[in-house]
This record gives sequence, structure tokens and C-alpha cells, in this order.
Amino acid sequence: MLAWTILISFLGAAALVLLPAESRRAARHTALLTALAGLACALAGAVQYERSAASGTPVDLVNFSWIADLHIHFHLAADGVSITLVLLTGIAAVAGVLFSWNIERRTREFFALYLALIGSVYGVFLSFDLFLLFVFYELAIIPKYFLIAVWGSTRREYGAMKLALYSLVGSAMVLVGLIAAYVVSGAQTFDLTELAKYHFPAAFQHWAFPLVFVGFAILAGLWPFHTWAPTGHVAAPTAGSMLLAGVVMKLGAYGALRVAMTLFPEGLRAWQNEIALLAVIGIVYGATVALVQRDLKFVIGYSSVSHMGFVLLGLMTLSKIGLSGAVLQMFSHGIIAGLLFAVVGRMVYDRAHTRDLTELQPMNLSALAPFAAVTFVIAGAASMGLPGFSGFIAELQVLAGAWQVFPRLTLLAGVGILVGIAFMVRVWIKAFFAEGDIKASAIPIEPISMPERAGALVLLGTTVLIGLWPGLLLNLITPTLNSTLFQGMVKGGPQ
Amino acid sequence: MTLSLDWMIPLIPEEIVIIFALAALAVDFAIVRRMNPAVRWRVIGATACAGCVGAMIWIGRATNYGTSEMLALSPLTQFIKLALLGLALVVVVLSLDARFTRHTGEYYALLLLATAGLMLLISSENLLMIFIALEILSVPLYVLTAFDKTREASAEAALKYFLFGSVAAAFTLFGISLLYGMTGELGLGAIAAKLRTQPVEPVCYAALVMTLIGFAFKVAAAPFHFWAPDVYEGAPAPIACFVASASKVASFFVLAKIVIDGFGPIRGGAAWNDFRAGWMPVLAVLAVLSMAGGNIAALAQTSVKRLLAYSAIAHGGYALLAFFGNARQMLPALLFYVITYALTVLGALAVAGAVENSANGDRMAAWAGLGRRAPLLAVCMFIFMLSLAGIPPLAGFFGKFYLFTAAAAGQPHLGMLWLVIVAVGASAISLYYYLQVLKQIYAVPPPAGAMPLRASRAALFPIALLAALVIVFGCAPGWLLGRLSAVLNSSAF
Amino acid sequence: MNTIPILSILTVIPLAGGGAALLASGQSKTSRSIAFGASLLSLAVAAAAWAMFDSGRGGAQYVERLAWAPSLGIEYHLGVDGLGLLMVLLSALLAPFAMLASWEIGPNRNLYFALILFLEAGLFGTFTALNFFHWFIYWEMGLIPAFFLIKLWGGPRRTRAANQFLIYTLAGSVAMLLAFLALYAATGLFDFEELARLARNGGLDSALFAKLGGSFFKSRETLATVVFFGVFLGFAVKAPLMPFHTWLPSAYTEAPAGTSMLLTGAMSKMGVYGLLRILLPLFPGQMRAMQTPLLCLAVATIVFSAAAALAQRDLKRMVAYSSINHVGYCLLGIFAVVRITGDAGTGSADRAAALNGVMLQMFNHGLTAAALFYFVGLIEMRGGGLRGLDDFGGLRKVAPVFCGLMGITLFASLGLPGLNGFVGEFLIFKGVLPLAGWAAAASTLGLLITAIFLLTILQRVFSGPLPSRWSGWKDLTSGERLTLAPVMALMLLLGTCPQILMRVANPAALALSKLF
Repeated sequence: MLAWTILISFLGAAALVLLPAESRRAARHTALLTALAGLACALAGAVQYERSAASGTPVDLVNFSWIADLHIHFHLAADGVSITLVLLTGIAAVAGVLFSWNIERRTREFFALYLALIGSVYGVFLSFDLFLLFVFYELAIIPKYFLIAVWGSTRREYGAMKLALYSLVGSAMVLVGLIAAYVVSGAQTFDLTELAKYHFPAAFQHWAFPLVFVGFAILAGLWPFHTWAPTGHVAAPTAGSMLLAGVVMKLGAYGALRVAMTLFPEGLRAWQNEIALLAVIGIVYGATVALVQRDLKFVIGYSSVSHMGFVLLGLMTLSKIGLSGAVLQMFSHGIIAGLLFAVVGRMVYDRAHTRDLTELQPMNLSALAPFAAVTFVIAGAASMGLPGFSGFIAELQVLAGAWQVFPRLTLLAGVGILVGIAFMVRVWIKAFFAEGDIKASAIPIEPISMPERAGALVLLGTTVLIGLWPGLLLNLITPTLNSTLFQGMVKGGPQ
Repeated sequence: MTLSLDWMIPLIPEEIVIIFALAALAVDFAIVRRMNPAVRWRVIGATACAGCVGAMIWIGRATNYGTSEMLALSPLTQFIKLALLGLALVVVVLSLDARFTRHTGEYYALLLLATAGLMLLISSENLLMIFIALEILSVPLYVLTAFDKTREASAEAALKYFLFGSVAAAFTLFGISLLYGMTGELGLGAIAAKLRTQPVEPVCYAALVMTLIGFAFKVAAAPFHFWAPDVYEGAPAPIACFVASASKVASFFVLAKIVIDGFGPIRGGAAWNDFRAGWMPVLAVLAVLSMAGGNIAALAQTSVKRLLAYSAIAHGGYALLAFFGNARQMLPALLFYVITYALTVLGALAVAGAVENSANGDRMAAWAGLGRRAPLLAVCMFIFMLSLAGIPPLAGFFGKFYLFTAAAAGQPHLGMLWLVIVAVGASAISLYYYLQVLKQIYAVPPPAGAMPLRASRAALFPIALLAALVIVFGCAPGWLLGRLSAVLNSSAF
Repeated sequence: MNTIPILSILTVIPLAGGGAALLASGQSKTSRSIAFGASLLSLAVAAAAWAMFDSGRGGAQYVERLAWAPSLGIEYHLGVDGLGLLMVLLSALLAPFAMLASWEIGPNRNLYFALILFLEAGLFGTFTALNFFHWFIYWEMGLIPAFFLIKLWGGPRRTRAANQFLIYTLAGSVAMLLAFLALYAATGLFDFEELARLARNGGLDSALFAKLGGSFFKSRETLATVVFFGVFLGFAVKAPLMPFHTWLPSAYTEAPAGTSMLLTGAMSKMGVYGLLRILLPLFPGQMRAMQTPLLCLAVATIVFSAAAALAQRDLKRMVAYSSINHVGYCLLGIFAVVRITGDAGTGSADRAAALNGVMLQMFNHGLTAAALFYFVGLIEMRGGGLRGLDDFGGLRKVAPVFCGLMGITLFASLGLPGLNGFVGEFLIFKGVLPLAGWAAAASTLGLLITAIFLLTILQRVFSGPLPSRWSGWKDLTSGERLTLAPVMALMLLLGTCPQILMRVANPAALALSKLF
């Protein structure tokens, strides 16, 4: 069931390419249908998985020999962690289409690239052959580039190129690590589960782990390799930023977990403290920089860096609770950041034609676009990590896990949360609730459309749902962390 | 003494090509000289096609293999010849629209002669044979490069090509004579046997280096690459395609043959912890210089053809990585890579030619909005560029992946990983300039009043075919790899 | 065990009412009626809970437990003891009162009333939840509505006030969250009762050190103290305890009258409630160790806030500082009871008295302070936005009823016997005097100053010559009288029959005092 998500997305992209260029309506509907079908498959697959007796072990979806000479298999499988992220992708995809409803220029191509990106992302999350995973990982780079370079805004070509090059440099590091692991293991396979069984020599792990981990973590916004994130997010069109923050950053974190941490547990232990430190620096730094930005999208962009820091911190705790928090934070940040970018990019920027806080200030957007204001306030509250939203439950687990290993860093992360609250309040006030001297009627603002409302409600509903019933996802994640793939990672860790 | 013609039987494919080359001349003289150019090009082109196809059919059906002192015929060489003929066929078809010369017959005849040189080169087992085949190949290419007499660039490119080529040939010849002086042998196997038994003298390394220089020139490895950008830019488009694809495949194959068969005993070492004199360090240096130099120079190009030339230099550098692989993986990796690369670059240069024809130049600006003006060409170029950049699921990606894996696995203790790291890093940088081209095609709007670009069917069809092949070989590399290992296993290379 | 989940119902009513009020946008009158109805309904439910409360036993009643996220130790666990019930009732009383105070509030009326209801839900939840997870949801849920109530309907300097309010309280919350996560990381528990049970045997500190100690926290005491301070900070900001109070005066001053009433009446009690319900049972050792500095802070809160009130010229600011002052007595009582006295028997009685006093004071101050803000709001409305101490005078002549009722409230606030304010303060002092005599003595200075400034208000506003521009001052309308009648009645009733409250408070106080 889950494997269909990939196929459907690529088929949708292909169908869009074949549509006549002028049929914008058809393009939109095709894209929406494809995204919905993907989400439906993801949901059905998740339910199926949870009902099955798999209890956390990976379940094969597709497995056939692909390139026999190198023993490469087309091997798709899923466990709770990947299903969580597949669900995220499905939701983000639907919301992204809804928030791109107003794209009039080269609509068909936009959605085709969009669906190609979604398909690659699904692919990464479901690949259990490292070669295949890498193929999908690189495949995602090109649609990202064009989505930004063609439909973006501020300094789009710069942002797009920076993102593409950072991604490729990251994947180059990963590639070197993968090849080295393949050669060293001598196992003649790229299969994740097979390689995970092999015990790599400690000396090898000590350099291979940081190589592969950082290679992936570049895309996860690990400080100091995060600089693509703000520029990329700002340059991207609304749906582009939503996907970048929502799922593409997760690709990096997922890869770091699935590949680097699974294959090289000893290297992981050796570098645990250093990476945790970088993660916390990212948390504090991202929030602090967000506090002084003038461009609303930059604020959200840097906040993403801060929030992804929690993911990395959670990963470095090496405890079940921290890992589960990290995975949940991936999901949660995907939803919340997507929502924030949707409000900023679609509801605000497309209407007010500015994202500069000083220019937004006199407009008093809360009166002009109350729906946008309310959505942003709730999304902001979720982003602050207020309880009742998914972000809280994730950060709660991450910090609880972090307490056990890095008490000092946990306190620092607390400072980061605080600064995070401060920048969000600043944005609330400046962008939406400043006392405006411009009359509402002075700026003709089109009302918030139905697709936008629907998209916002989907995302809001998800974050609240998971915030109040974390069990929905934890039931998927927790058993998975007990499975053999994660044993090397959490062995000896508390709880 | 009876005159036996048996020796001619193994060479029938080459002979077919040469006969058709002469036939092309004859047809031109006798029949179509006075007809209108379109008909003339088509008729002679069809003759050339027939030559290629005929040779291919013969190769496909022939089963007689064997090795003599001079020539070797094995499933492997025949397979590569098939590939070369296929590439030549594409070049012939691409030339159908060419109007840069009135000497149609001579043009096709030279093209076929160069092809015959390539085929001979593949089979040669003797250094002298190799040298002769190289010259048979090179001389027609020098002439063909200068064939566009309406452009100064063409003549300049030919002159550079010729001068560099002659000097390189001189080096090679000098190297060969040194080797002959030391070993008294010219056959590759015999040289290897001598080298294995004799103590290796220092002058032997000099001979090695000099011989390799000739091939470094042929594969345009830095620092012997200076001719390449000018030839790519200045030569008539189909000839540039030929030089970049078929000539490169053959040169790499022969280089592999020489260093493995002939210089096998003095391979030396280039692992990070084990540098020893031999051909390995030489090739490692060439590879690093090519990858770094080619990619860095390509970053600054504004002409797409020159950009492709520098990228070709870089790709030559990647391909050299295969030489560090182990015996089992080395040739499949190398051949898969150069063949798919040849397909890709052939397509890319063909598209560049089509754009150049319509826009008077291939500066970046001429490509603006190609996605609008010529959607099919643009999509093909998109595929070629991404394949060159090594983006999955295209052939270039798997080719590189296999090369790098082979190189990393080739020496014990990940000895060559340093070179793999250089290659992977260089490859990551290269995305920048490929994206610059694609940005022009898709992101930049077409200039005001730009007309749709109409490419002829003769150009479109092979380009689309090549693009399809690039995708197929990328998604399912198993087929080509399977063929390669099959022919390798039955060739006892 | 009763089958009706009365506490859940209590929380859901304002949430649902708030949602309905929001949806009824356009018809501001309808939405206002819906909101008011919802608040009355929850008052009725709270009263029912009060009536059915079994005062014979301590511990939590109306307990609801449901598995929620078992893998995280999260459980839906509700229950109230006397303390919780007092606070629930107070919140339920104040919500309709506050709505009436802002009956004619400006634009976006439906949003205003909805936010008030959300705030009320947050209060109910905080006072009933017994598992950190959803307790913290409610704790923060009150915050965002309060922020926007100040930001959108406040006075001229509302933005700054709202910001300060939010950032300060959230800073406290974050510290508390981190501390609770440390507890969770050490014990795997989020449940207040279970944590308290662990703490009673001294197991909490050891568990903390066993799991989290080591490289950074070298000693058991440091670690436990750091965690203690985290939790403490959250409550101290909210209560507030000096020096964490700086957000309060401007927030109370800039907020619209109805909001100030809820802020001071109920929200500040969240902090005190937390100290009693959570900090005291969880960290008795740390509190004991820190007793002297804590008492000093409490005394400082009492004395300095009274002095600050005396120095103000703005009525609303005066009332705000007086509110800090009154909460200070509660803090004094709480910090005093952790003292170990030689004689277990008498000490226990003193503690029970002090704790009883604290609870009564919490309730009564909520009522009185809310009423005071209501009066100040009326003055401001009638005075066209003026509320300076020197802007008025002689109003007694034109508005005798106004003057009389506000006078009663002021006297209740300064603790005149016979009115509700007296009993609580009396019990606190009675208990604290033997436990920490010096602190009680120093605090009496605060009592004195309070008396002075409250009387000053009375004098400056109501007596003296009547400025001519106020000659048309309207006395209380019948609507306002109707609004005030129940409050005034309660103030008198509770002043004369404090046992109404004691019935509920005493078992809780006894249970708490037994901790030591």
C-alpha cells in the first residue's frame, strides 16, 4: 500500500507533463487528486501496519534485484519511523497544493515538479536499500531547484543554487561514506538491514560517522551548515517553502538517523557530545537570529533552524524517549513550519505584497485578514512549543531525553525556547496586531479563499490532533525503536 | 607462395566501412554532384549509413574470434566496435542537415575512414599497430575539424588540434621506441612478459610516461587538454560530437589495454599510504588535474560548447578512476561509464549544434527560454545535463557510482578513497554550471519576439533516441552491465 | 467514585461556549449572551460540585482517570481537594462578574467574550488537573487569551504590557517545564500525586541524582535545588513574588477592567495554587533549606508593594500593587509552614491555621480585588478615561451608593473584621507568628501601609470638594447594582461566617500540614 505513494506521485507528475499547457484548472485538480491519493495510501498503509503483527519491525513492500552486478535491490520497506514521515509528506503535499492554488504562471510545470519532489521524498522515506535511498535523495534536488528558481521571489536564483549545491555537497559526503561502507563491509550489498548487522571497525566508524551524518544533516539545517535554509526558504514560492521546511529538512534528519546512526553506532557515541553541542547552538542561534529579522519569511526560516536543532538534539540523546521525540519533532515541525510559511507566503505576501515587518506594521493585518491572523497566532503558539500542540509533546520528549545525557545543554536549549517565544510574540505584534494608521479599505485585500482555508485547517487539525493524542503516532514510533535496527543505537542508554 | 586472403576475414567490418567510404566518394562524383544539396546530402548520407549498418550487421553475426600478434578479435572488441559504429551512425545522421561544405562525399568518406581507424585501434595488440591506427583516426579528424571553411574558428581549432596531436604522437612514438629498445618487443603481451622478468630500469618509467602522454592527449586529460575547447567550439557540430564520443570511447579502451596488458607489471601504487612509481601515480595525477581543472574552468564558461568541452575534461578525469579498480570491476565500470558518457555528450553537443544553427552562437543568452521555444530539445538537454551532473536516475549517475565504487574497492584498506573524495567533490561542484544552462533554458524567459526553434527531424530523432537511452541505461543499468560482463567473461581480458 | 465526570464537564462548558461565541460572529449580542450563559452554567456546575463535596475526608475527589499516552506516563487525571475546589468556585464566580464588567466592550465583542471563556477553561483545568501534561496545557492555555485580551482591548500602552506579561510568564513556564522534564527523565512520572508520594520518602532527590547526576551536577543537593528553582520560578512569576513581579503593574493597569479582574482574582492564584499543590509536596526539603531567603522575599513583597502602592497616583496601579501585597500574605503563610518546630503538636496546629488562612485569603482576595478593579473600571468609564488619584474628589455627594459599596470593598481589602478579608489574614498571622515571628512582625508594616493607602483612596476620591466637572457623576445604575449585589453579599457573608469556606479548606490544609 505504501509503495503506491511513490508511484502515484510520479504518475501524477507524468500526467501533468502530458496535459496541454493552458489547462490550469485541470492541472490543479490533477495535482490535488494525486496528493490526496498519496495521503490516502499513506494513511491506509499506516493503519495496515499498525494492525499487522509487525510491532516495529520493518515490513517489506517491494524487493527485487535491480542491478545484479552490484547486488543492488529495489527494496522498499517501512517501519514506524518511516511511516510517520510518509504521513507527514502526505499531509504536507495536500496542504501545499491547496496553498498553490493561485499559481497562474506555468501551472502545469509547477505541479509536475512539485509532485516529482513529493514522489522522491516518499521514496527516500521508504527505501531500505541505501543505493535506492541515495537515488531518491538526489532525485529530490532538481525539482527543488526549479521550484525556487522559476516560481520563487527574493533572490530566487541565488537561493535555489545555494540549496542545490549544499544538497549536492551533502550527498557527496554521504556517497563517499556509503561507498566506503560498502567496500569495508565486503558484504556485497547495499541493503540497510544487512549492512546494519555488520560490525564496522571502530577506527572506520570514527571518521565515517561524521562524514555521513553531517552529509545528511546539512539538509536538516545543522548549525553551522544551515545557511542554505533561510535563503532557500525565503526565495521559494509558498508551497516550496512549505515543502522545504516541511519535508525536505526531514530528509536530512531521516537520513542521519536511518543511515549514519544505524550503521555506525560506535562512531555515533564518539561524536555524540560534539553534535549535541552543535544542535543546541543551532537552537539558540536560530531563535536569536529570528528575533532580529525584518523579513517575515526569514523569521520563519531561522525558526526552522532552531526547531530542527531539537530533532538533532533528540537524536543525540540515544535514548528511546529522545529518539521518539526527535521523530515526533520531525513530524510536528513539518506541519507547523508548513503552516507558518503558508500564512506568510500565501495569505500575507500574496496580498500585502510585502513581508517586511516595518511595512506590515501599519497595515494591521488582523483587521484586514482575520483568518490569517488567527491561523498565524495558533501556528505561532504551536511553534513556541505551547502544550496542546504537537510541538510540545515532541520537545518534551527531546528535553526529557536530553536531561539524562546533557544537563548543561538542556538548560541552554531552554534559553532557546525562550528566545523562540520572544521572536514569535514580536512577529504577532508587528505583523498582525500593530496599531495601523492605514484604513482597512485603503488596501484592497482579496478574501481568504476556500483552498487556503481548507489547507490551513488540515494542518491546524493535525498539529492539535497529535498534540492531544500523541499516542496516534507514538504507537507507531515507540515499538519501532525497540526493533533490532535501533538496538545498536540505544544500547546501554537509559530507559 | 600462394597469396592467402584469410587474413582479411577478421577485418571484414573495417573493410566494409572503408569500402563504403570509397563508395561515398564515388557516388558523389558519379551521380549526385549536380543535384540539389538536400538530395545530395541524403544520398551520400544514406551510403555512409549503409556502411555503418552493414558493418554492424556483420559484427553481430560473426562468431570468429582469435588473437594474433597484431590484432585481437574477442567478443569484447566486437562489442565495443558495435558501440562505436552506433555512435558513428548517429553522427552520420546528424550530419544530414549540415550545409557548411560543398564537399559532401569527402566529408562522409573521411568520417567513415576515421571510424575505420577507431575500429582498428580497438583490435590492435601491438604498440606499432596502435600507433598506426591512431594516426588513421587522427588525420581524418584534423581535416574534418577544418571542414567548415566559412568560419575562422574551424581552421584555428584544426590547427591547434593538429599541432598538439602531432607533438603528442611524437611523444608516444618516442615512448614506444624506448620500450622497444629496452624489451625488444612491441606486442603488449610480450612487453608485459619481459617487464615481469627483467629488473625495471628507470628509463622504463620515462617510456611509460611518454607513451601515456599520447593517450592523455587523446582523452583530453589535463594538462594535455588545450585543444579540446577549441575543437568542440570550432569544429562543425557533428565532428565535435564524433570527437567527444566515439573517439573518446576508443581511446579509453586502448589506454586500458596498454596499461593493463602492457604495463601490468609496473603498475606502481597511488593509495594514500602507498605511493610507488608506475602508471598508477601518473594516472592519479592526470585524474586530479582533469577533475579539478576541468570543473573549475567550466564554471567560468559562457559558451555551452566550451562548457561541455571543459566538462568533458572533467569527465575524462572521472573515467581515469576506473583504472584503480580491481581486475573484475575495472573494465565494466570504465566501459559503462564512457559509453553512457558518449551517448550523453553526443546528445548534448547535438542540441548545442541545433541551437547554434538557429541563434548564431551558443552563448548562454541564446539558450534563454528554450523550454518555450523548443520543448522537445529542451527536455532532451535537461536529461543530458542532469546525466552529466550525475543526477539519478540517469545513466551518468550510475556510471559515476559504479566508477567510484570500483575505485574505492580496488585497493586494499580504502587506499584510493582520497581520489574518490576528490571526484565526488568535483562532481558536486559541477552541478553549478549544468544548472546554469538549465536555468537559461527553463527559468529565464525567451527574449521578446523569439521565434520557436525548429530542428529538423534528422536532428530531433537521434537526439530523442539518445535521451531515451540515457534514461533507460540509468534506470536499468543491469542490461548494459550484463552484456559487458558477458563479453568480458568470454574474452578473457 | 461518582460516574458523572463533573470536572471534565466543568472545563468543557467554557470551551464549547467560547467556540460557539466565536462562531456567532456578526451578532455580537447573541455571542455575548451565549458566553454569559456558558459562564453561568459553569458556575452552576461548580456550585453543584461544591455542594456535593465530602468535607469529611482529605485528598482528591471527583477523580477521573483515563489512560492517554501510556508510553509517556501521561494519564488524564483530574480531581479536586478543598483547595482546588475553592479555586474552581472562585474562577466560576469571577468569570460572569468579569463579563458584566466589560459588557459594552469595544470592537470584536464576540472574540473578547470567547477569550474570557477560554481563559476560564484554562483556570478550571489548572485547578483540577493532577497530571503534569494536561495541567501544563491548561496552565499555558490561560496565557494566550490573556495576552490578547490585554493586547487588543487594553489601554494606551497595552502592547508593551502584553509583551511583558507574556514573556515573563512564559519564561517562568519554560523554567518549570525544564524542571518537570528533569523529574520525568529521572522518574518517568508526570503524575503529581505519584511524584509527591515519591518525594515523601525522599526518593525524588535520589532518583534525580541517580539518573541525571554526574558530569555536570556533582552533588545531589545542587541538582535537586536547580530543579526546585525551575518549578519555583514558574509559580513565583505568576503569583507574583518580588522581584519577579515587574510585569504585573503594567499588565493589570493596561488590561480592560474585566480582564484585570480575572487576572488578579484568579490567574495570580494559579501561582499560589501551584506552590501549595505542587512545590510544597514535591520539594519540602529544598523549601526548608531555602526558607529564610524565601520568607525575606515574601516580606519584601508585602512591604514594598504596599509602599509602592502608596506612592502611585493612578488608581488602577494602586490597586494592582495592593494585589501584589495581598498575594504576599499567602506566600508568607506558605513559606512559613515548612519550618520544623520542636514540638510536633503545636507546630502542626500553627501550620494548619496558616494554611487555612492562605486558602481563605486566596479566595477572599480574589473576590475583593476583582470588585476593586470593577469599581476602578467604573470610575475610569465615568471619568472619561481619567483615573488619577488627584482627578477626583467629593464624589460621595453625587454618588453615595457608589461610595458606600466601594468603601465596603476597600475595607474588606484592608482586612476589617466582619468583612471577608479579615479572616484569612488573621489566620495567616496567627499561624506564622509562632513559626516565623520575625517575618510576621515585619509584615505588619505592610498591613499598616495598606491601611494608609486604601484609606487615602477613599478620602481623595470620595470626600473633599467636588470638582465642578464631576457634578453630573452618575451613581450606580440598577444594572451595576445588580451586578455587585451577589459579590457584596458574599463579602459580608464570608466575613461573618468564614466556616462556609473553612468546611472545604480545612481538610486540605490538614492534609498539607501533615507533610511536615
